[in-house]
Parts: sequence; C-alpha cells; structure tokens
Amino acid sequence: MTTTTDQAPPATAAAPARRPGAGTLALRQGRLEITQFLRSRESVVFTMGFPIIMILIFAAIFNDEIAPGVSFTQYFITGMIATGLMTVSFQNLGIWIPIERDRGVLKRYRGTPMPKWVWFAGKVIVVVAIGVAETALLLAVSVALFDLKLPGTAGKWFTFGWVSVLGVTACTLCGIAISSLARTARSGSAVVTPVALVLQFISGVFFVFTNLPSWMQQVAALFPLKWMCQGLRAVFLPESFGAREPGGSFELGRVALVLALWCVIGLVLCLTTFRWTTKRDG
Amino acid sequence: MDDELAISVRGLRKAYGDNVAVAGVDLDVRRGEVFALLGPNGAGKTTTVEILEGYRRRDAGEVRVLGSDPELAFGSRLRGSQARSSRAPGHPARDWRSRIGIVLQGTGEFDELTVIEVVRHFSGFYPDADDPAKVVERVGLGAKAKARTHTLSGGQKRRLDVALGIVGRPELLFLDEPTTGFDPEARREFWELIRDLAAAGTTIVLTTHYLDEAESLADRVGVIAAGRVIEVAPPKLLGNRQDALATVSWRTPEGALESAESAAPTALVAELAARYGGEVPGLTVTRPTLEDVYLRMIGHP
Repeated sequence: MTTTTDQAPPATAAAPARRPGAGTLALRQGRLEITQFLRSRESVVFTMGFPIIMILIFAAIFNDEIAPGVSFTQYFITGMIATGLMTVSFQNLGIWIPIERDRGVLKRYRGTPMPKWVWFAGKVIVVVAIGVAETALLLAVSVALFDLKLPGTAGKWFTFGWVSVLGVTACTLCGIAISSLARTARSGSAVVTPVALVLQFISGVFFVFTNLPSWMQQVAALFPLKWMCQGLRAVFLPESFGAREPGGSFELGRVALVLALWCVIGLVLCLTTFRWTTKRDG
Repeated sequence: MDDELAISVRGLRKAYGDNVAVAGVDLDVRRGEVFALLGPNGAGKTTTVEILEGYRRRDAGEVRVLGSDPELAFGSRLRGSQARSSRAPGHPARDWRSRIGIVLQGTGEFDELTVIEVVRHFSGFYPDADDPAKVVERVGLGAKAKARTHTLSGGQKRRLDVALGIVGRPELLFLDEPTTGFDPEARREFWELIRDLAAAGTTIVLTTHYLDEAESLADRVGVIAAGRVIEVAPPKLLGNRQDALATVSWRTPEGALESAESAAPTALVAELAARYGGEVPGLTVTRPTLEDVYLRMIGHP
C-alpha cells in the first residue's frame, strides 16, 4: 500500500455535495449487471442457447400438425418464448440473488448510500436486455427454420409487447421474492428449478395445453406461465386457433388480469420478505 | 459536547433469541480518533459494530453515530418524535451513509468484474468520492487494477474491501477484523494506510483479534467480553499496565531460573549486579504485555 500524504480531508458534515442522479445510478447499475452476465460465458450460452436447442429437438421429434395450418413446432415455439422470458427473469434471479446474498455482495451495497431501488433497477435492466436478445434470437431461428410468421399487424405487436412486459415483470418480481426462500447460495437453484420445470410441464410448453388433464389445467391457470403462453399464441398462431383454447378464445383480457395480479403479488412479496443479508447474518 | 463525539452509545443491548450478544455496552468514540474494539470471538464485537453501521436493529439503548441514529438507515422508521422533527429535506439516510465507510468482516465478491471496475462503480454512489485509480493504488492493488476480482488472493481481496470502504472519503471508517489473511508485510503496509487516513482526520473504529494491531494503531482500546465493555483506555494504560509490577529474572550460578516481582526493578537489578560482581547471567526485566493484561481481563489467567 502506497502511503500518500496528499489525502484531501474527509467531506464535512454540512456540505452534501453533488449527488449522482437517480437515472444515472440505475443505468450504471444495469450496465454493471449486463457486464457481469456477458462475462460469465456459461450463463450466456445456457440462457441464449437452451431455448433454441429445445426447439431443434422438438422439431426433429414432432412434425405433425395440431390444427389446420398450425404445426406442433409453431405451438411449441410460442411456449418456448414464454419459457425463455421466465428463465431470464424468474430462474436467473431466483438462482443468482441467493449467491450474491451469500457472498455478501448485497450486504455491501446496503452499506453504501446507493438508494435500494437502484439495485432492483439494475436487475430489471439486465433481465429486460437478456430477454429481448434471447427472444429476438429465438424468433430469428424460428422464422428461418420453422415458418413461424411474425405478427402481421400493429395490434398483434402490441399484444406481443404487453404480454411480454407483464409476464417479465411478474416473473422478475416473483424471482426476487423466491430468492429469499433459499438459505444458502447453493439452495437457490434447488428451490427455483423444480418450480420452473413443473410450470413448464403443466402450462402447455412441452405439451398441447388442452391435452392435459383438466385438473392440471386448473392448477396451471393459477400461475403466470400458462397465461404468458396463451397470450403469445394469440400473437403467433392464426386467429382461428383461439377456438381451441380452453376458454374458446385467447381470452386476452384474462391474460392481462392474471399477469397483472401476479405483478402485485410479486411486488408485495418482494417488499415484505426481501432480505439483504443471510439468515445467519441477522 | 456531541460534536466532539463521532459515536456515542449508552446501554446498548441486543439478543438473538435467548442468546444475549450485547448486554449493555457504553462507548464514546471521539472525532479523529482511532478506536480499537478488542475481544474474543463471540464477545459481541461484530454485533456492536453492525448496529453502529446500521445493519442491525438494537433491542435497547441510545446510539448516535455522526449525530444520527443508525436505525434511520432502515428507512422510514425513525425513532422518536425528535428524530422525525429533525428530519432534513432530502435523504437523511443516504447522507448519513455517504459519510461512513464500512469494511465488513466477510468479503463480498464480484467474480467477473475487475478491481478498478468495482471501485469505480462504488465511487459513483458517493457525492464526494475519491479518484478510483488513486484509491486502488493506495491500497496496494495498482498492479492488479485490471485483474478480475476472483483471481485475487485472500489478502488482495481484503485490500479491495478496504478500497471500497474508503473510496467515498468517509468521515468515519469501520473496519471489522481488517487484516485477517494478511502476511506480516501486508499488515505493516495496511497499518501505514490507517495512520495516513487518521492523520487526515478520519475517525476509525476497528475490531481486531491482534493485540499488536490494537497497540500500534489505536489511540484507545475498548476491551469487550461477554457482551460488555470491560475497560476503555489507551493501550499503554490498559489494565493499569504502567503501574504493574515488573518481573526480574536471572540465573543462579547453578543455572536455575530465579525471578522476582518488583515495583523497583532498577534497585533489584543494581543489587543483583553487586551480588554477581558485574554481569548478571540471563537477566531480563519485563512488564506485562498488552496480551497478558488482555488475557487476564477476559478471564484467562
């Protein structure tokens, strides 16, 4: 350690000097999170590559149509877009936050003058950035290889937008909330992975939703993933397919309602249960 | 009087269930002073310091840190009407946080980021931060500035912790067992850094296991055991060390070890010198070390 004597005196109590703007802080935090994500190569490959690998596998196994003009692959792609959004938000946060908490990273942030919400904003920014990139890649591959039609009207793009935003928001908040269940760094993935996997099976990602037992459909209807899938089918599948949905239509109003409700539930859980330190840390 | 004190604690209590960690601590730390909290594991050092840092709530007691109650860091729940009425416009909790620096006991890792990136990022939280490159240089990580933090050794990670603690140019710096994992040379360098910060007027509160660290850095030492502060004194005066009897020991012509405690060791040595007609074999004169005094105080004779 170099000893310097030109150390300026500490700031005096009375003069709170310029404070970085809130927006600047949030953007800096988001940039830091994105840098961290991009540098951990495994996460990038897994998060970006997994949905595409799944689609290639499913397309190779199933090549029949489930309705006139709708191949199973197209049905499955909409489910994979929803799953992808859930992975980057719910799973990533549910696994990473316990690790950061366990390592004391969160505790350290708490000891700085950083406003608490800035840290959450950083997480939201990284989730949205990865979500957009991953979805774009998925769409590009699907359009190129599996005849997926991109939405043709502004209305459908709008639906695509709000379903994704509401879905990602709900999953992000739930991911932050569920992170408090994990007691140690290692248990994060043990808590989150089964939840995510079960939801994928019962929400119509791997199977056609209406082919599932009705009790399973009822259970799935309590959680956001089913509604994200349904909302995205309204965007990417022909209008006529709506008649095959459980409610006889894509039920976009109900999609919005359930996802918004989960946003509220997630937010309340975050505000009441979030911990900056581990249990043993007090 | 309050302006003279960086920290003032009265009757601080904290229990975890049935386990009383802090059982009535009183403590004053003056501005500009280096104060060491010395005590065995489980004595309540970290709990006390983390209450002062605004990380934990207390069960009872009065606490002032830089004139504010650290519990304001928990947000809206300000204690008492007085606190509410004195609530300045803006962000009292953030203003308070920007005036203190914290080096926690454990290190927080930022795996994939480089040293300079982390320090620069944290500097952005403070209104009057120091130059990140200068801070990295100062803690001796200049050569490692562009290294990913997960490649650092234990001692280097600790230096990064210190860099993050001082980058905001705090008035008051908390260091919880800062030199654990340092080799002797690194500790010396670290001590220089602390003296340097103290010379510039920073108030420093450190907890440590190392008696030599407390002795060479602290203006005053508080010994804490079983949740109570047993004594607060400058290291030289701790446990009435300066008045303690000196132990004079020597060897008899037969080679046996003799020793005697004396309030007037010089006279005893003169007498021995006369008795042996010059050089006294194996002569030593010692006073209790800080360690002797400390071990006696915490109940290990």
